[in-house]
Amino acid sequence: MIKAEDFETVAETTRPHRMQRIVVVALIAVLMVLPLWVYPVLLMKLMCFALFASAFNLLLGYGGLLSFGHAAFFGGAAYVTAHALKVWELTPELAILAGVVAALVLGLAIGLLAIRRQGIYFAMVTLALAQMFYFFCLQVPFTEGEDGIQGFSRGHLFGLIDLSDSTVLYYAVAAVFVASVFAIWRIVHSPYGMILQAIRENEQRAISLGYSVQRYKLGAFVMSAGFAGLAGGLKALLFQFATLTDVNWHMSGEVILMTLIGGIGSIAGPIVGAALVVSLQNYLATTGFPVTTALGATFILCVLLFRRGIVGELRHRLPAARSKK
Amino acid sequence: MTTVTRALLASVVCGALAAGAQAEPYRIGVLTDMSGMNYDLSGKGSEVAARMAVEDFGGTLLGEQIEVIVGDHQNKPDVGSTLARRWIDEQNVVAVVDLPTSSVALAVQEITRQSDTALLISTGGSSELTGASCSPSTAQWTWDTYALANGTGRAMTLEGDKTWFFLTVDYTFGNALEADTTAAVEAAGGTVVGSVTHPRETSDFSSYLLQAQGSGADVIALANASGDTMTALKQAEEFGVTALGQDIAGMLLFLTDVHGVGLDIAKNLTLTTAFYWDMNEETRAWSERFAERMDGKMPTMVHAGVYSAVSNYLKAAEKSGQAKSGTQVMDTMRDMDIDDFFNHNAYLRKDGRVVHDMYLVQVKTPEESKGPWDYYKVLRTIPGDEAFRPIEQSACPLLDR
Repeated sequence: MIKAEDFETVAETTRPHRMQRIVVVALIAVLMVLPLWVYPVLLMKLMCFALFASAFNLLLGYGGLLSFGHAAFFGGAAYVTAHALKVWELTPELAILAGVVAALVLGLAIGLLAIRRQGIYFAMVTLALAQMFYFFCLQVPFTEGEDGIQGFSRGHLFGLIDLSDSTVLYYAVAAVFVASVFAIWRIVHSPYGMILQAIRENEQRAISLGYSVQRYKLGAFVMSAGFAGLAGGLKALLFQFATLTDVNWHMSGEVILMTLIGGIGSIAGPIVGAALVVSLQNYLATTGFPVTTALGATFILCVLLFRRGIVGELRHRLPAARSKK
Repeated sequence: MTTVTRALLASVVCGALAAGAQAEPYRIGVLTDMSGMNYDLSGKGSEVAARMAVEDFGGTLLGEQIEVIVGDHQNKPDVGSTLARRWIDEQNVVAVVDLPTSSVALAVQEITRQSDTALLISTGGSSELTGASCSPSTAQWTWDTYALANGTGRAMTLEGDKTWFFLTVDYTFGNALEADTTAAVEAAGGTVVGSVTHPRETSDFSSYLLQAQGSGADVIALANASGDTMTALKQAEEFGVTALGQDIAGMLLFLTDVHGVGLDIAKNLTLTTAFYWDMNEETRAWSERFAERMDGKMPTMVHAGVYSAVSNYLKAAEKSGQAKSGTQVMDTMRDMDIDDFFNHNAYLRKDGRVVHDMYLVQVKTPEESKGPWDYYKVLRTIPGDEAFRPIEQSACPLLDR
């Protein structure tokens, strides 16, 4: 957890340190060449989940709001994107946009109801509404029930670039991913983000300072839903299907797991957590070792040994990072 | 002399390269659920069945080793399709087998269609797989929802159960089961006197069961799956449904489900299956070999289906000489007579459906059962052409008409 004394002034934080910039540029360069060694579909999937976890972290890590229903936005957007590609035959960018808009609207509806409560009640309200959305998806004909929306083509980006080639798609997904993470970073370090963190630390004080706390929270909720929707839309485009798995409460649980393992309240944390969980799911799949057991054990280890999550613990332990803070 | 040396060198290098490329064995990928709710009915048993089929075939295909690898798709379509893609791209997997969970099966079918890899579906039962989404490299081997609904509906009506009442789980799967069964019941001269829908994962069926009892129908049909079927069965037993003279029909039940709830609860239940281990000498012989490797567990229809699918695939691949092309292997298979302990005089249709006999069975009472796994008595053999969806009704675009 970031403590109040960790806060820097807005002017300082909006300008990244030179060191940080170098690291970020180096990471982007690695991202560009990584498909030479790692299976690109897996990398793209990883980026989708990393973005999903980052969106979740925007709400939990910076807003202090634990939502148990983020799968509704992720899976809902995936359905809308898939439907837009398959039935409306939109171009991929418009289809994803449709998915994001759907997630924003859903986020606004659920957020308006949920932010009236705090703590466990907030979590339960989001869970309940997300479950309602799950049963809605289970029954409406356009989602095609258990089968899911399947077998549509990825189409041409802007009507020009053919996305059926994995390499082309990889760079498109990578671009969206980097831009979105940057946008989240920018939101967190904006005056808005500062106030959001202030509300997380002490809501009463924020109210007494004259901030309209409910609006800030709703804003964070809707933005988080929007980014989750973007991740869901990308995933639907990547795999060419949208199914009930993405709206199920297991998915809401998984994103919490990713974020907590990686470490909340940092930009890198959810990305590392998502990478770990997705890689475990993929590599353990062929080993015969039960995946759920491995994930559960990892989570227990995290809670017992490094409560700040992997990235949080590293930042805490490494003196260099601490002195900079 | 130099030219000769060069030629020799070149040939040695080429030979080495070719040998290097060929050293990769053909792999058969069993893609199943190793950690979730389908583990018992498919899971480990499907792996064992695939390995038995490869061993019985002699372990080599077109002169190369055959290796069986297993993947746990965790019932997640994204995990399943990533795995299948990686297997095909990087590990020389020539056939993907089993596929529980219809969303995963459909997702993987898109991958195998693109790469022209054989897809042998045994646990996946969505009739969509051989309907609008059909693929030329797929064989849906064991069952589908249409066959179970239609088989039970038709056969039971012909046996004298004329009036039906449905307990239907309220989403696409349940509604399709109800519609298919209704069609079969009405075609056989029966009537549906009512139906009630319930949400998925219902814990209390009492009000639905009272309605079903009150309807006075001959049969109460459970158009739902796994957990819901179990709960409904247990509560129907408490309500004394069968004791009062009504029959219960399970639309989707596996041998392991019956094993799970026990004969006290499942007794007298009627259902359709593609296979039962204790039908004849052949099925017993194979099933006992299977049970030896599975700590005494008898095979479900999908386990037997996996064995049959893999062994017939290997025969067809050997005959066609083209293991790499799923479509060519399937075309070869279409010309073959599929005949083994699992299915006699079966054939593979153009839409990917394997047509074989199904069996209407009734679960024995605890008194009738002579020992562990002695659960079914076969009431009636349903000829394949009657059991499965007629090809004229298939929405498969591969059928030219």
